[in-house]
Amino acid sequence: MFFQQLINGIALGSTYALIALGYTMVYGIITLINFAHGEIYMVGAFVGLFATAILKVNFFIAMLIAMLVCVLLGVLVERIAYRPLRKSSRLSALISAIGVSIFLSTLAQMLFGANAKGYPEGVFPVKQITIGSAEISTLQLLIIAISATLMIALEFIVHKTKIGKAMRATSEDYNTAALMGINVNMVISFTFALGSALAAAGGVLVGLLFNAVSFNMGLMAGLKAFAAAVLGGIGSIPGAMLGGLLLGVTEVGGVALGFSSYRDAIAFAILVLVLLVKPTGLLGRKIQKKV
Amino acid sequence: MLTLDKLYVNYGAIKALKSISCRVETGEIVALIGANGAGKTTILNAISGIIPIFSGSVTFLDQTISGIPPHEIVKRGISQVPEGRRVFANMSVLENLEMGAYIRNDKSAILEEIDQVFARFPRLFERKKQLAKTLSGGEQQMLAMGRALMSRPKLLLLDEPSMGLAPMLVEQIFSIIQEINASGTTIMLVEQNANMALSIAHRAYVLETGEVVLQGDARELAANPEVRKAYLGE
Repeated sequence: MFFQQLINGIALGSTYALIALGYTMVYGIITLINFAHGEIYMVGAFVGLFATAILKVNFFIAMLIAMLVCVLLGVLVERIAYRPLRKSSRLSALISAIGVSIFLSTLAQMLFGANAKGYPEGVFPVKQITIGSAEISTLQLLIIAISATLMIALEFIVHKTKIGKAMRATSEDYNTAALMGINVNMVISFTFALGSALAAAGGVLVGLLFNAVSFNMGLMAGLKAFAAAVLGGIGSIPGAMLGGLLLGVTEVGGVALGFSSYRDAIAFAILVLVLLVKPTGLLGRKIQKKV
Repeated sequence: MLTLDKLYVNYGAIKALKSISCRVETGEIVALIGANGAGKTTILNAISGIIPIFSGSVTFLDQTISGIPPHEIVKRGISQVPEGRRVFANMSVLENLEMGAYIRNDKSAILEEIDQVFARFPRLFERKKQLAKTLSGGEQQMLAMGRALMSRPKLLLLDEPSMGLAPMLVEQIFSIIQEINASGTTIMLVEQNANMALSIAHRAYVLETGEVVLQGDARELAANPEVRKAYLGE
């Protein structure tokens, strides 16, 4: 029973983590809470759905297409809605982000209707595997495996590649990064691209897991992933991963213990509790005031 | 090499620079001295493109560089060691140096350059895997200078290299600055420690509230009674 719930929790949590990474990376670089990020995830789920239903491609190709489309969308949103406001107050960019969020979900509702849609049957053949007393589906294993792979790839990019190092430098000190010859606008675009790709993958995986894709799915998922990012320490990449997993596991655990009607409240209750004890989040760094 | 012509910079309603004109010739060390708030750092940041220029122009190697983005200015050959060193605290010494070489793509040449920085600053070699935030102030200054040299600048801008360092370290840093200059890098130096700055500079400009009030040969300035009274603590 415990093992079963743990796997359920990790599978759900890794999708939160995938979305949370986008919030945390963008915040780390331009201190903006990208409220449109949940809608990127929603668009990813729809693109994956259409790719499997209309283009009839297999699941992995569909996920790649979704990631690619969302990379373009994420970069475009930054270009149009955030970059012109870079030098204005932070509140202006935040309001712009909320605007983009409303725009994208309304557009999705107009185009695709208000009803939830499911992925075509057999996109990913689900089998149940019994390990001890636990029944685990191959879909859950797939979700965990893909999320883990993407997160390892992200760690590699951030720590071993030139552009990844430039991302870390820019998130530490924007002006000094520019003094190194780093094109900070390009780095910011790259950050949006990475975050959007991860969110798209998350969208496709969740669409499969719950077999429901709808125009408003980005709202709650976005809020929870944001909570996960803050829980782990906003700006911290390992923090977002940890926060996502922790949130998933406690949410599933709470439901298993009989608090299923409080399912969505659990995430935010944990957030409030952790922030009371540790305001910077679990792995968050002390915020240094930049002079 | 570098010419600033009637440069004006505003911070909101505050006029930070009022018609600054100055020049740096190839091979020189030029010092900018003056009290806090005189506009010294603003001049360096205007040259580097970090802050916008209201009017006037910056010319480097016969090309106008005012108005182009900071990363392009680095590519033209101007590198800055910012005030307060600004090393990337959560990156290792080696990664900091790699960031300094960001505009370059020749891997073997970058490794060679890193070796040269380590030869100049042996302390950094000992600490190459450590995070920059674990270094002492002097070591951070060395790292910031090494990092700036990684792009092989023609002109190096140094902002308050002596800030917060013990007198012995200050001497060491200043002799390294002279070495860097002797090996062919032109230097523009901003300092509050006017004594030290004038002792190594060829020429200097004295700034007061955003204006050049005195300029000339560093030795003559150091002998000037007005300067001695206002800036050299006599």
